[in-house]
Amino acid sequence: MFTPATEAILIPLIPFLLFGIIGLAGRRLPEIFSAFLGIGGILASLLFSLHLSVSYFSEPVQGAFVLKEFFSFPWLNFSENLKISIGLVADPISMLMVVVICSVSLMVQWFSLTYMKGEERFQMYYAFLSLFTGSMLGLVLSSNIFQMYIFWELVGVSSFLLIGFYFQKPSAVAASKKAFIVTRFADLGFLIGILLLSYETQTMEFKGILDYFKSGNFNPEVSGIWMSHSLAAWALVLIFVGAAGKSAMFPLHIWLPDAMEGPTPVSALIHAATMVVAGVFLVGRLFPVYSLFEGVMQLVTWIGVLSSILAAIIAISQTDIKRVLAYSTLSQIGYMMFALGVAGKAGAEAGFTASFFHLFTHAFFKSLLFLAAGAIIHAVHSNEVENMGGLRKQMPIVHWLFLIGCLAISGVPPFSGFFSKEEILLNAWKSQPLVYGFALIGSGLTAFYMFRLFFLVFYNKSHSDVHGHESMGLNFPMLLLAIPAVFAGFVPFSSYVTSTGLPEETHLHLMFSIAPVGIGLLGIGLAYLFYFKQNSLPEQWASKLSGLYKLSRGKFYFDELWRAVYQIGLIRALATPAAWIDKNLVDGGLRMGAEKTLRLGDRVKLIQNGKLQDYVLYFLMGILALILLTLLMIQS
Amino acid sequence: MSFLIPLLIAVPLCSAVANYLVNANSARWIAAISGFIQLVLSILIWKVYADFRAAGETAQFLLTAHYSWFPLWNINLDLGLDGISVTMLIMTSLVVFSASLLSWNVRNDAKLFFSLLNFLSAGAYGFFSSLDLFAMFFFLELAVVPKFLLIGIWGSGEKIASAMKLVLMLMGGSALLLTGLFVVYYGAGGNFSLTELASNRLGREIQLVAFPLLFIGFGVFTALFPFHTWVPDGHSSAPTAGSMFLAGISMKLGAYGCLRVATYLLPDAAVAYSPYVIILSSIAIVYGALATLMQTDLKYMNAYSSISHCGFILLGIGMQTKASILGSVMQMVSHGLMTALFFGAIGLIYQRTHTRKMEEMGGLLKSIPFLSAVFVIAGLCSLGLPGFSGFVSEMTIFVGSWEHSDAFHRVATILAAASIVVTAIYILSAIGKVIFGPIRQASHISLEPASFVEKLGTGVLVVAILFMGLVPFWFTNLISEDARLIMNQFTLLMNP
Repeated sequence: MFTPATEAILIPLIPFLLFGIIGLAGRRLPEIFSAFLGIGGILASLLFSLHLSVSYFSEPVQGAFVLKEFFSFPWLNFSENLKISIGLVADPISMLMVVVICSVSLMVQWFSLTYMKGEERFQMYYAFLSLFTGSMLGLVLSSNIFQMYIFWELVGVSSFLLIGFYFQKPSAVAASKKAFIVTRFADLGFLIGILLLSYETQTMEFKGILDYFKSGNFNPEVSGIWMSHSLAAWALVLIFVGAAGKSAMFPLHIWLPDAMEGPTPVSALIHAATMVVAGVFLVGRLFPVYSLFEGVMQLVTWIGVLSSILAAIIAISQTDIKRVLAYSTLSQIGYMMFALGVAGKAGAEAGFTASFFHLFTHAFFKSLLFLAAGAIIHAVHSNEVENMGGLRKQMPIVHWLFLIGCLAISGVPPFSGFFSKEEILLNAWKSQPLVYGFALIGSGLTAFYMFRLFFLVFYNKSHSDVHGHESMGLNFPMLLLAIPAVFAGFVPFSSYVTSTGLPEETHLHLMFSIAPVGIGLLGIGLAYLFYFKQNSLPEQWASKLSGLYKLSRGKFYFDELWRAVYQIGLIRALATPAAWIDKNLVDGGLRMGAEKTLRLGDRVKLIQNGKLQDYVLYFLMGILALILLTLLMIQS
Repeated sequence: MSFLIPLLIAVPLCSAVANYLVNANSARWIAAISGFIQLVLSILIWKVYADFRAAGETAQFLLTAHYSWFPLWNINLDLGLDGISVTMLIMTSLVVFSASLLSWNVRNDAKLFFSLLNFLSAGAYGFFSSLDLFAMFFFLELAVVPKFLLIGIWGSGEKIASAMKLVLMLMGGSALLLTGLFVVYYGAGGNFSLTELASNRLGREIQLVAFPLLFIGFGVFTALFPFHTWVPDGHSSAPTAGSMFLAGISMKLGAYGCLRVATYLLPDAAVAYSPYVIILSSIAIVYGALATLMQTDLKYMNAYSSISHCGFILLGIGMQTKASILGSVMQMVSHGLMTALFFGAIGLIYQRTHTRKMEEMGGLLKSIPFLSAVFVIAGLCSLGLPGFSGFVSEMTIFVGSWEHSDAFHRVATILAAASIVVTAIYILSAIGKVIFGPIRQASHISLEPASFVEKLGTGVLVVAILFMGLVPFWFTNLISEDARLIMNQFTLLMNP
C-alpha cells in the first residue's frame, strides 16, 4: 500500500503533525480527544515502523544489512559540498530504535490517559509528547549528521518542556533549565565536532562520512595534528562529549536525576527508554569511524565504566524512588557505552551487538519500572520510599510487575536483561578483563539496589494509613511492557544487529554466566537480609562505611562542583566583570568623552571674544600654518 | 515593473502625511492598512523578482529606477534590488506591519506617533533599495531623527537622556560615514554610483582610508563593539514599536551598509582589516552574551542580547567566505524578525504587568498563556533552536567561518559558538523567572488576555520566523547568487 520511503516519512511526520494540531487547538479540543489523537497517531507510526523494519530485515543486500537511504533533499546549502540535506535512512540500529521508540511511546501515552487525568494542561502534555516522539524518530532516521543535530536539539527542548510541565513548581522549573543547559553545553562539543569532522570529510552525510573512512582516504598527517592526536580523533572526542551529555555520562550526568521532576510517564519515555540512549545511538551510528581510533575508544570505555559504577554506588543510598531508578538508568547506559568502547578491539566486535541488545531490553524493563513507580506514586502521593512499604497487599499486580523489572535488570535468567548483560560482560572479558571486573561489581550493585528498592516499597514496614489502589488504566500498558521485559532476551539479536551488518550466530555461554548470575543473586540475597524486614543492619553498615555512605548520599558532590563552576567560573569570573566593564569603562569612557567635548566647547567659546586684535592674530597664525603645510607638501 | 520600489517608498510617506491629518483613531487604522499594503507590496516585489530570475535575468540589480537628483554633483536617485535587498524589504515590511498593530493602544498624540513610524519605514525601504551612496546616506538619516522623537515623547525611564545618547552616537557614526563617503566620492573622481564603484575599483590606498570610516560609521548603527552603548539605553527607553524598529530594522541598516558598501566596494581594505573586524565582533558576541546574563530588566536583556546577535552578522561579514556572508544576511533577517517579536512580547507583557523587572514577575503562563507562548517562542528562536530562523543563520555562519583552517579563525568561531550556551542560560533563566514559577504578585493573577490585533501582530512574526527556520532553502536560493557576486570581488583580488 505504501512504499518504504513513504512509510519512513510518515513515521516521524505523524507525531509532528499531531503536535501541531493538538498544540494549536489547545483547550478547544476536548481532553479525551487530544489524547486519542496522540495515541492513534503513535499507533499508526508503530505499525508503519514494524512493517518497515520487517521488510528491511527480510531483504539483506548480499547477505548484509546495509545503510539504505530512502530519500534526501538539500535543505540548507552552505557551499558546494557542505549542506544539510533532510533525508531518512534505514539500517539495523535505526530500525531497532523506531520500533522501541514507538512501542514505548504508545504504552506511555496510554498510561498517561489515566495518570494525567484532570491535569490543567492535559492537551499540551499530549502535544509535547508527540513533539518528543516525532523528534526522537527523526533523530534515529537522520541521514545527515547535521540533521541529527537538529533533532538532537529538538528532543532536548521537548525534554525541557516536559520536565518543566508542572511549571508552577520552582524545583521543576530549575530542573528543566538545568537539563537543557547541561546538554546544550555538551552539544557545543557535538557542534564543533561536526564542523571538524565535516571539514575533514567534506560531507555531512553519514554515508559519505563512513565511506570516507572506509576507503582509507584518511591520513592523519593531512588532516592535521593537535596535541599529538589527529583532528579527526578530536572531532570524535567532541562528538562523544555531545553523546555523553545526552546520555548523562559522568561528569555530565547531573541533569538526569533532577529531570525526575517531570511527570513520571515522561521519565519512563524520555529519561529511561529513548532520549537518554541517543548518545549510545550516536556513537553506534559512527561506530566504524570510532573503531579506527584506539584512544577515543578507550575514552568511551572508561567514561562508560565510571558512570556505571559511580551511579550504582549512588543509587544504593537514595530514598526517592524515581531517583534510584534514574541512577540505575545512568548505570545501565554506562554498560551500553563501554560495550561499544570494548567493541573496538578485535575479537570483541560483538560488543556492538551487545550494547544495542541491552539498549533494546533496557528500554522495556526500565520503562516498566518507571511506570510501576508512577502507579505507586499515583497511589501514595509521594516519591519517598519512607512513605511506602508493605504495598504488595494494596497493589499486588504492580508488585509482580515491579518484580519482573527488578529481575530483568539484575540479570536473572531467563529475563531479558540476563541475555543482554551476558553479552556485554562476555565482550568486556574478551577485550579488557579490568573492564569486566568493574562490570561484574556493577552487576552485584545493581541487583542490590534494585531489590533494596523493591523490598522497601513492597515489604518492610507497612503503612496502614496508605490506601493504595490499582487501576486497570494504569496496569494494562504495564502488562504489555512486561511481556518484552520477560521475553525480549530470546530475540536472536546478533542475526540482525552487528557492527558489520553481517548476521551472526547467537551463542549462549552457560559456563561464563555462572559468575555474573552468582553475583547478582548475592546482591539480591544481601538486599533481602537488609531490607526485607525492618532491622538495624542498614544503619549499622552505614555507620561502618560512613565515608563511602556519605559520598553515596552526597552523590559524590558533583552538583556542588557544577554549581561552583557556574557561580564562580561563569557568573563571578566572566559575566559580572563584563557587565561592570560595559557600564563603567566602555559607557563610562563615552560619557567622559562627551563631558570633555562640552568642556572643550566652553573653552573654544572663549576664543570668540569679539576682540579684533585677537582675530587678526588667529588669521596670521592660520596663514602661517597654511604656508608651512604647502612647503611640506612640495618637499614631499 | 520599475515603479514598484518608488511605490513602496511612497506608501509610507503618504500615510505619514495622512496620519497627521486625521484624528487619532483613524491614524492607527491608516497605519495598519498602510503596513499591510507595504507587506503585500514587498511580497509582490519578491514574486516579481523571483520570476525575473526564473526567466533567466542575469543583471545584478533588477527593478531598477533612475531619477536624476543633483546633476551638478552627479548625485542620482538610483534604485534597484538584488536578492539581499529583497529579503531586507520583506523583513522591514513585516516588522513595520507588526509594530503598527502592536502600537494600537498608543495614547497621547497617536497621529504624530504613527506618522513618525511611517517616516522610519520609508527611510529603511529607501536605504535598502538605493544604488547611490548619497541617496543611501540620505535615507539613513531620514531614519535617525524620528527615533529621537519616538523615544523622547513616548519612551519610558530616562527617556530624554537615552534619546540624546542614541542620536548623538548615531550622528557621530553618520559623521564618520559621510567623511568616508566623500573619500570614496573624490577617490572615484566624483562618483556615488554603487554599481560603477564596484566595477571600477578604487586604489588600495584610498580603500584603506575609507574602509575604517565607513565600517565604523555603519558599525555604530549595528552595535559594533565598543560603539554599542547606545543600544541598551536606547532600546529600553523606547516605546514598544520604537524598540521593535530600532533593534529589528535600524541595526540592520548598519549591517547592510557594512556589507554592501564597506565590504563590497572596498574588498582590498576589507581583507586587510578583516582580523580587526573578526576580533571586534567576537568580543561583541561573547561579551554581549555575558553582560546579558547579569540583566534584570527584560528590555535590557533583549537589548544586550541584540549586541551579541548582531556580532554574528559582523563576524559573518568579517569571515569573508560565501557561506559566512550568506549566513550573515540570514542573521540580519532572522534577528530583525526575532528581536522585533521579542520586544513586541515584552512590551505587551509590560502593558499588563506594569513592570519589566524579572524578579517581580512569575507564572505568567497561567494568566496570559498566549503572550507567554510568544515570549517563549521568541526566546527559543534567540537561543538558536532548530525550526526557527536563528538556528539556520547561526549555523551557516559557523560553517562558513570554519572554512578557514588557521587557528585564529577557528578560535573566533569556537568562541562565537560557545556563546550559544550562554544564550541558552539567560533565555531559560528569563523564561523560568517570568513565564514559569509561581505567580509573585496578586495583581498578576488575572491579566487582560491578548486582543485579536495583538495576536495578529505577533502571529505574523512567528509565522515568518518559522517559515525561515523550516524552509531555509527558499531563502538561500534567493540570495546565494548575490553572495557569490560579493565573493567575486575577493577572488578578483586574489588573481589580479
